[in-house]
Amino acid sequence: MRRTARDTEANARKVTRRALFLGGAQVAFIAVLGARMRYMQVEEAEKYRLLAEENRINIRLIPPTRGLILDRSGRLIAGNEQNYRVVITREETGDVETVLAKLADVIPLTPEMLDRTRKEMDRRSAFVPIVVADWLRWEDLAAVAVNAPALPGVNPEVGLSRRYPLVGDFAHVVGYVGPVSDADLAELEDPDPLLQIPKFQIGKIGVERWMEADLRGRSGTKRIEVNSVGRVMRELDRQDGVAGADIRLTIDADVQNFVQARLGEESAAAVVMDVVNGDLIAVASAPAFDPNLFVRGISQADYSALIENDHRPLANKSVQGAYPPGSTFKMVTALAALEAGTITEQTTVYCPGYLEFGGRRFHCWKHGGHGKVALERALKGSCDVYFYDISQRAGIDRIAEMGRKLGLGVRHDLPMSAIAEGVMPDKAWKQDRHKAEWRIGDTVNASIGQGYVLTSPLQLAVMTARIASGKAVSPRLVRAIGDKEVPVGDIPPLDIDPRHLRAVQGAMSAVMNEPGGTAWASRIEDETMLFAGKTGTSQVRNISASERASGVIKNDQLPWNRRDHALFVGYAPATAPRYAVSVVVEHGGGGSAVAAPIARDAILRALADGLPPLSAYPASQRTTIETQQKNMKLRKPEPASADRSRA
Amino acid sequence: MSFLEYQIRTVPSGIRKVLYLNWGLVLLLVAVASMGFLMLYSVAGGSLQPWAEPQMKRFAAGLVLMFAIAMVPIWFIRNMAGLAYAISILLLLAVEFFGEVGMGAQRWIDIGPLRLQPSELVKITLVMMLAAYYDWLDTRKTSRPLWVLIPVVLIGVPTALVLIQPNLGTALMLLMGGAVVMFAAGVSLWYFGAVAALGAAAIASLFTVRGTPWQFLHDYQYRRIDTFLDPTTDPLGAGYNIIQAQIALGSGGWSGKGFMQGTQSRLNFLPEKHTDFIFTTLAEEFGFIGAFSLLLLYGLIIFFCLVSAMRSKDRFSQLLLIGIACTFFFYVAVNLSMVMGLAPVVGVPLPFLSYGGSVMLVLMLAFGVVQSAHVHRPR
Repeated sequence: MRRTARDTEANARKVTRRALFLGGAQVAFIAVLGARMRYMQVEEAEKYRLLAEENRINIRLIPPTRGLILDRSGRLIAGNEQNYRVVITREETGDVETVLAKLADVIPLTPEMLDRTRKEMDRRSAFVPIVVADWLRWEDLAAVAVNAPALPGVNPEVGLSRRYPLVGDFAHVVGYVGPVSDADLAELEDPDPLLQIPKFQIGKIGVERWMEADLRGRSGTKRIEVNSVGRVMRELDRQDGVAGADIRLTIDADVQNFVQARLGEESAAAVVMDVVNGDLIAVASAPAFDPNLFVRGISQADYSALIENDHRPLANKSVQGAYPPGSTFKMVTALAALEAGTITEQTTVYCPGYLEFGGRRFHCWKHGGHGKVALERALKGSCDVYFYDISQRAGIDRIAEMGRKLGLGVRHDLPMSAIAEGVMPDKAWKQDRHKAEWRIGDTVNASIGQGYVLTSPLQLAVMTARIASGKAVSPRLVRAIGDKEVPVGDIPPLDIDPRHLRAVQGAMSAVMNEPGGTAWASRIEDETMLFAGKTGTSQVRNISASERASGVIKNDQLPWNRRDHALFVGYAPATAPRYAVSVVVEHGGGGSAVAAPIARDAILRALADGLPPLSAYPASQRTTIETQQKNMKLRKPEPASADRSRA
Repeated sequence: MSFLEYQIRTVPSGIRKVLYLNWGLVLLLVAVASMGFLMLYSVAGGSLQPWAEPQMKRFAAGLVLMFAIAMVPIWFIRNMAGLAYAISILLLLAVEFFGEVGMGAQRWIDIGPLRLQPSELVKITLVMMLAAYYDWLDTRKTSRPLWVLIPVVLIGVPTALVLIQPNLGTALMLLMGGAVVMFAAGVSLWYFGAVAALGAAAIASLFTVRGTPWQFLHDYQYRRIDTFLDPTTDPLGAGYNIIQAQIALGSGGWSGKGFMQGTQSRLNFLPEKHTDFIFTTLAEEFGFIGAFSLLLLYGLIIFFCLVSAMRSKDRFSQLLLIGIACTFFFYVAVNLSMVMGLAPVVGVPLPFLSYGGSVMLVLMLAFGVVQSAHVHRPR
């Protein structure tokens, strides 16, 4: 194969030509790459820089510290407690099983806790700390810290959780917090992003729930740098949130504790209220429960016990319970008749022990009757016939109007759950509700607080406070939010003739302070603290004619849930009213025997600074009272303090 | 000019050869490799391990290899071209049957401590083979169909073997590398026109048969093309790599975030940050200035090779140098197009920057051949 020199030359030139072409093409392509680089890195740089920042920076919320709940003088009702827990981080641990076994020697761990930990560990990335145990004692935490070298990847941690140091005393008023549930989230239109934090606590009932907005505070944020798998590399900066506002209630924790203890294991409720400004001093409901159980997640057994208890510990009977007020309603009937002008103080009615209307016989509680009675004697002896009679003269609509004026059948707006409106029936109400005509018998029943009338202990306390003060006081539960006092505002006088009020007040005083009054036994002897009030006993069953003929069965022979409710309302001092009190003891029997003594103890506790002085009691009762006081399980009174340290 | 004429002209010999090495090219290679060490040090979070130090050792070994080959007369290399080609085809067959599987493809074979990817080696031996073929072939027969068919088969065999590995990127580079040598050798432009037309038709049919049992490419390769066309369709899956790479590159800006300050690579958002996507780390940390400098260095390397090719007097050296220069260019062009979102993601490393033994050795071998041609040029 021969090649001529000319061929070779020509070919070499061709190669050079084509090489130059290739070189040119490459330069052109490199220019394209350079241009693309310039476009991305110079012109579009800002866009990509932002994307890179978005990649690496995460914003995390810092939960705010929840506001405290304090009593009227600054004693702690709901605080934040350090929750000691132990977490384990798999990637730092090495041999997880060995470390867990060692940890179980140091602190008590149940097999369930270990199982849960292992499961959680399998699901999460190796760098995520997993809670092995929480609610540990300080000693356990210290033990873990001491054994740290033997426990790689195990770390003690401290979180904040709600704690109610007064246990059951405020279970109903303040309620409790719990972890956010899906139901909670569904209720909110624009949920705070904080609520998405696992185990974040929000108020479930009571003040905790209804003042959630004030208590929660605002979350802070921190910007953290994360890598591609979401692991936190470092914190870039943080913006602190605003802690929740402390809330100071009107309630006195010591009085509350006393009243709650005095109610004991009865199914009962009591309200003590300041008649001047409406401050609620004690709002007790028994039996109570430990709200701390709910914070940590209540066990099925504990919850079943609460639900199955026939004394209904979970119900807030003081505001939620609706009871026939019985004879405690008689002031309303009297004032309605007086204001209508259909009777005067002196108008007398003859009580033979019953009254007949339209062929039906309505009985007085006193079988033999009271004889001729006017207003004062009628209230003092709680004569039913007198009120049957005057209610006919006043008419149900006037009685209902008076009831509403005094705060019955009205929903009092307080930051508490399930506040009952009660029932203050009139003709329109019955038409609307039962599609039936109002009958005379209905008025007769209503006149002594039976039939359709239903009131809560709170409403009874408001009624009493209004009668005592002559002003339209409204109940108040919150004294201050943060540093801002909640103003009381102007309290308008009641639109009732003061002479009529005085007549009723005098009669209520006679009930207690004159021999023969139904609550004479529960009088206060101290001249400066004289008690005025009214007993009530409301039936929860119908007494048939045959039973009445053979003698009404005594309460203590009936099963518990068929017995009468015992009620009492009152105020003291009778001369210059300061506090009103209402007591309802479910199925307790007679108001004078059961409810009145509780009311007296409660109001004396509110008036006196400390245990009720024995000198205020009638001499014959002092030894009994002394024993009773000794046997009460009271919390050691704490000195009032404005110390708001967040423990 | 045939090799016989070398006897007449003066060819350097003995120790004097060292003086005639293309020292400028050596300097450029060291510069580019040094940028590679820096970047491997950076992506390891400021550590020589696990990448920078082995890469340095390989480069040092590569330099020795390059100088050694540079001393071998170019005509001896030409005579060995056929053997080298045959060996690399055998190796390709070997990985097909005994190779290790990585990333869903058969790619490498373990020979003692060396983990060899024959697909890289064949890029160079194919060019050598074709250059030797055209050096042997009577230039008048260059464009005759039968004599065009032979190099097409020479290209087709390794391309087919690589394609079934499957390694689309390397297959494309083999095609282009081979075509460039044929083009430089003077094969009639009509053939290239015809192939271009056929190629367009092939691409069209590629997509028409998609989803049928006769589809040519693997599903993942189709998906890569989809993702290339619109990375945002799958931001957390296949598109993730491309999007994160572009973010890294773009966010570098004019002057970069600073050495070891690249958030995208340091926080592991970047995929394959020490291999195929290492350029994005460079662009992120040194910005446009750094990235463009690297591009210029690559341009200079290619330029040096092409100049050397044109100054060569024999056909083998010329074609070989053009082929190697273009192959080198394809590495750079395909890799950069890929990370900048101009081409689909195919596994092509960035020469001297990407971590990897085979590519480094093969490239140094190629530059050794380039040096040999340079040294043994009659002056």
